[in-house]
Amino acid sequence: MDLVLVNLIDGLVTGLLLFMLSAGLTLIFSMMGVLNFAHASFYMLGAYFAYQISLAFGFWMGLLIAPIMVGLLGAGVERYGLRRVHQYGHVPELIFTFGLALLIEEVVQFIWGKNQMAYDIPEVLQFTAFSIAGNSIPAYKIFMIFISIAIFIGLLYVLTRTRIGMIIQAALSYPRTVEALGHNVPLIFMGVFGVGTALAGVAGVIAGPVLGTFPGMAFVLGSIVFVTIVIGGLGSLWGALVASLLIGWLTTFSKAYNLRMEDFLTFIGFSRPDPIWDSAWRDLWTITSPQVADILPYILMILILIFRPYGLFGKRDV
Amino acid sequence: MTDQTASANMRAGSMTLSLMPWIVAALVLVLLPQIFTANSAITIMNQMAITIIFALAYNMLLGQGGMLSFGHAVYMGVGGFACVHIMNMDDFFASIPLVVLPIFGGLFGMGLATIVGSFSTRKAGTVFAMISLGVGELIAACSVIIVAFFGGEEGISGDRTYAMPTFGVEFLQQIEVYYLIAFWLLISAALMYLFSRTPVGRMANAVRDNPERAEFLGYSARWVRFYSFVASGFFAGIAGGLFAINYEILTEENLNATSSGTILLVTFLGGVGFFFGPILGAIAFTLLQTVLSLETELWAFYAGALFVATVMYFPGGLAGLIMMHVPAIRLGKGSRLILPYIRTLVPAAICILGAAALIEMIFHYRHAFAGDEEMTLFWITFNSHDVLPWIVAVGLTLAGFFTARATAPALLEAWGDANTPDRMQV
Amino acid sequence: MTAALHLDGLRKSFGKTEIIRGVDLSIERGERHAIIGPNGAGKSTLFNLITGRFPQSDGAVRLHGNDLAGKAPYEINRMGLSRSFQITNIFPKMSVFENVRCSLLWSLGYKYSFWHMVGKSRELTEGAEAILEQINLTNRRDLPAGVLSYAEQRALEIGITIAGGANVIMLDEPTAGMSHSETDYIVDLIRKVTEDKTLVMVEHDMGVVFGLADRISVLVYGEIIATGTPETVRADPKVQEAYLGEALEAEH
Repeated sequence: MDLVLVNLIDGLVTGLLLFMLSAGLTLIFSMMGVLNFAHASFYMLGAYFAYQISLAFGFWMGLLIAPIMVGLLGAGVERYGLRRVHQYGHVPELIFTFGLALLIEEVVQFIWGKNQMAYDIPEVLQFTAFSIAGNSIPAYKIFMIFISIAIFIGLLYVLTRTRIGMIIQAALSYPRTVEALGHNVPLIFMGVFGVGTALAGVAGVIAGPVLGTFPGMAFVLGSIVFVTIVIGGLGSLWGALVASLLIGWLTTFSKAYNLRMEDFLTFIGFSRPDPIWDSAWRDLWTITSPQVADILPYILMILILIFRPYGLFGKRDV
Repeated sequence: MTDQTASANMRAGSMTLSLMPWIVAALVLVLLPQIFTANSAITIMNQMAITIIFALAYNMLLGQGGMLSFGHAVYMGVGGFACVHIMNMDDFFASIPLVVLPIFGGLFGMGLATIVGSFSTRKAGTVFAMISLGVGELIAACSVIIVAFFGGEEGISGDRTYAMPTFGVEFLQQIEVYYLIAFWLLISAALMYLFSRTPVGRMANAVRDNPERAEFLGYSARWVRFYSFVASGFFAGIAGGLFAINYEILTEENLNATSSGTILLVTFLGGVGFFFGPILGAIAFTLLQTVLSLETELWAFYAGALFVATVMYFPGGLAGLIMMHVPAIRLGKGSRLILPYIRTLVPAAICILGAAALIEMIFHYRHAFAGDEEMTLFWITFNSHDVLPWIVAVGLTLAGFFTARATAPALLEAWGDANTPDRMQV
Repeated sequence: MTAALHLDGLRKSFGKTEIIRGVDLSIERGERHAIIGPNGAGKSTLFNLITGRFPQSDGAVRLHGNDLAGKAPYEINRMGLSRSFQITNIFPKMSVFENVRCSLLWSLGYKYSFWHMVGKSRELTEGAEAILEQINLTNRRDLPAGVLSYAEQRALEIGITIAGGANVIMLDEPTAGMSHSETDYIVDLIRKVTEDKTLVMVEHDMGVVFGLADRISVLVYGEIIATGTPETVRADPKVQEAYLGEALEAEH
């Protein structure tokens, strides 16, 4: 039972981290119809920028400044790159962001090299918050949870209580109408793109010290973020939240509990072939849940797309 | 009546005309290894030919059907893996000539495409792209789980020479493999070209442009996409089979997202709008990869920058750039562009090379081992910590940039002039 | 003889709003039928219901006696109904000739063939050329359809719509946004290409409607308030009250 609690917390951390990325991505997608392939690259830039800033001014300045830098960069990408490609249609846009993801990874390697950066948890947070049955929960995890929740509440507030939030919400469902009402849609696009990438930047700043700051970090998380918003339903912020937590817990639990296919197969009445290494089915028999943890989200996504193409909470067709 | 005969004649004429490129291509394929005899050259050409087939197959989706796939490497990969397994079935493999092996690869690629296509082709656009990404990642991840088929981390390998000799050829030499690959390249390219001329191939274009309209013409957009997808899977599998024959080993790398991304890059650089685009793309990319990667560690950076620039400024790719000049040449005014081109493109090239030099120098300055201050660039060896090389590089870049910018309006004017017909003389 | 197109108690709601409130209509073979009505009467919705673009909430659409419920657009098309769109809906990147040829493929039985060469088929080429001749676009044959003028694109759209040999042709505002001379050109074209076919059209331009149609239905707030020959409809007091009054007075 205690282990369950520990895993719940771990899964929550992963899930909320995913949510910070998927929230921005789904906002951008629903406004502009563009799946930003380079979204996780902005997350990576957040981590690298924060690392560079933390060398001079410490972690907290990094947390403050790096997301703003990432957001400005994102807005610039929208203004000078995406807007240009927009005229050619959605597929070139997708290809553009894909190319951008490649390029950002190369640029990061060019500036910082291929090795992992020594970007660490700030000293004030290097203690154990509490422990559950001998499993210590580091304070930094609690800090991550709080930051994510604070951002979620802030986002919710902006979206539901402010004028600009109303416009964005309206644009989520009826982009054409909002344009017809005379709002400066290109400016809103640029703003949403900037804010979305800045959110990814925040995620990068706080995840960098735990998950490692290295050129492959965007790639590791990138496709999972897509999967998340597809499962949640494109354009749905709640869907993104639910799917993020779902994936967070799913992967954490299947890594923590060693469920074996062998037990399952014997349970439903098959007998173990002997010797196992000669059987054509040996790979099936030896599958364990930690082994498949990382591909579970993909399986889930394919099933969702086949049986419920709108995603869990989506209303709009993709 | 005379009109009809005339147009019929014209069509007959274009028939023989359209055979010409294929005859030329066949001749070039036969003669190439006589000109480039080095083993390394043949290795590059083999790789190039396999990439061409794969890129053409990919373009059946992207260019002709409007479907963007982020996981097409798996169809080539699975075809390749299947072929290596066949290589390892001693008795069966010994009873078939090596030349037919790629067909098995094609069938396996097609089989997988049939399964995946049955649900992924319901929609084009973003849904298709996402499913292709998901399936691609899934199968790539499976390669370490399903060890029996994919061989885990180290992959699986075979030996092509155990096949039944074809007319006494055992394919011990690279050059023999080259001719086998060239043979398949010609066949696959021709078949893919012919496919684009069939009803389903034409409707693929129609569905790409306007799926709703196509539905009201009696065609289910979904099934049109499905058939294109299956056909593309077949030819990707053929490329996989040839890969298996050429390298005799397949690993996880043949399935992963990097390979899928590379083929997108190759196809788009070449140009998705024309049939020959991917061919150009595969040739250019393979050359770029082999030549640049010998010269610089940063080649992937340049490739990425080139790709992004292509998407932004030349969405038609290389083929689009070439075909842009057809109207001017038809008007007989293509030659008027040569001088303005030289005036702008030479400084532009100097600017780009200068910028590349700067990038290399920064890279060397930052990442070279301490004490290693010497670097070689464009056959010149110098000290990257001296000031002079920096001044030269910056100067060249700026000079090139400003000259190109100054001559660009003249080029634009020449372009406009070359594309408007001269006034008729009465 | 069964009607070419028969609507039976057709209803459609979007959320709580009922847009089509029980339409009964029978259109005979060979008839040219126009549906008119004020803006927001539900004409386009009705059109999209008939052609299977939206599913109906209640009622039935029968084409030559066959129920169309749950049929995909391509299936409806194969049963002999073809439609045009209010907003020009062609294949802009393909040549004019290709546009027409694509619309012939299914009706000439090529289906999903990947063993025929379209360039070698005489019937395809000649069929497409005959239709180009009919819609006066022969001299535009090899241009990309996207660069044609608006009226030419509309003509091409009509060409695509009739090419498949469907016997029920539905045109959605074929003359919308056209000048007088362009309208005359399209009306002549429609008259020419719908010889011996059933035509159902939605149209705003009264001149076009009264010039072309054998019978007219007036749709107001999702209900048909009158159906009949142009003369009876013109004389119907309900119609005059609801819609035509002003227009007719302005005309005289």
